[in-house]
Amino acid sequence: MKALFLAFALLTAAPGFAQQVAVIKFPELQKRLARPTDTTYVVNFWATWCAPCVKELPHFEQLRAANAGRKVKVLLVSMDYASQLDKKVKPFVKQRGLKSEVVLLNESDPNSFIDKVDAKWSGALPFTLIVNNKTKRRLTFEKELSQAELTAALQKVQQ
Amino acid sequence: MKKLLPFLSLCFALLLSGFVSRPVADGYQVGDKAADFKLKNIDGKMVSLADNKAAKGYIVVFTCNTCPFAKAYESRIIDLNAKYAPKGYPVVAINPNDPAVAPGDSYADMQKKKYAFPYLVDESQQVAKTYGATRTPHLYVLTRKGADFVVSYIGAIDDNSEDPKLVKTKYVENAMTEILAGKPATTNSTKAIGCTIKWRRA
Repeated sequence: MKALFLAFALLTAAPGFAQQVAVIKFPELQKRLARPTDTTYVVNFWATWCAPCVKELPHFEQLRAANAGRKVKVLLVSMDYASQLDKKVKPFVKQRGLKSEVVLLNESDPNSFIDKVDAKWSGALPFTLIVNNKTKRRLTFEKELSQAELTAALQKVQQ
Repeated sequence: MKKLLPFLSLCFALLLSGFVSRPVADGYQVGDKAADFKLKNIDGKMVSLADNKAAKGYIVVFTCNTCPFAKAYESRIIDLNAKYAPKGYPVVAINPNDPAVAPGDSYADMQKKKYAFPYLVDESQQVAKTYGATRTPHLYVLTRKGADFVVSYIGAIDDNSEDPKLVKTKYVENAMTEILAGKPATTNSTKAIGCTIKWRRA
């Protein structure tokens, strides 16, 4: 009985694997987003310090769960400073139990890459890009999205 | 089919260009005339661009109390005023955030700031909308042309928000050097990460 309890405790203590947060430079992100794949990418630019971003994150998690097994990839791009990786970002990702892939974009000069993500992005957070390189459909949002808005946007790009 | 292919690819190219050439955003572009405004300063007095007859222009910055990026740039905005006000381009700071969404941006909280320049409340958020400001901080350099003010630079302060010591390019100062010399800024539009303006909930 004791052993059973211990096994149970161990199982619940380690829920799957701990999410890794890769620190990347912009060309790497650009390369990933340019892949000629029929997977629809839902890319959300956020930061732990951005209140509307934190508020809408569960919607992206929900979208990922609802589309598990389909050709949908949710990528959460943290704009936190790389110096905050261990202090802020990793604890946040762990505490919220984020399952979507999280990367930290380590670029000090946003002017060098914002236009390359999308000319319509002024640099405000949150920013969401939904893109399918096969269908060439893409939608962008420089605002906080509701679950319904996000789901509708994904459907529009997938159609 | 052979003849059809170039036609189809042309159609496709046209379709793509339709997406690309859509207007980027509303609000001012460099070269546009900037409308004057009348906004309440933290001392209770109303402030307009037209009030300061000696100004050759203004450095208008949409900023706030609460955004970490606005906080990171606060001392650099103070420095901009110290450097360019004597040269005829004082800073005018405007807080466009709805305090119902960002409680730290209330008028009372704004009054805790002691700046050497106006810190105005854009209560209706109409000035931010007219300018096309989307984030804090979001900066506009205006230059006096006769009775008007013309937008000469829009965008970022510099290229490193985290650490002023690691800044390589001082975007607005580079633009100001050219503007003060009577030339158009070579880099007159830049982008930066910032917090979305906290618009009123509809």
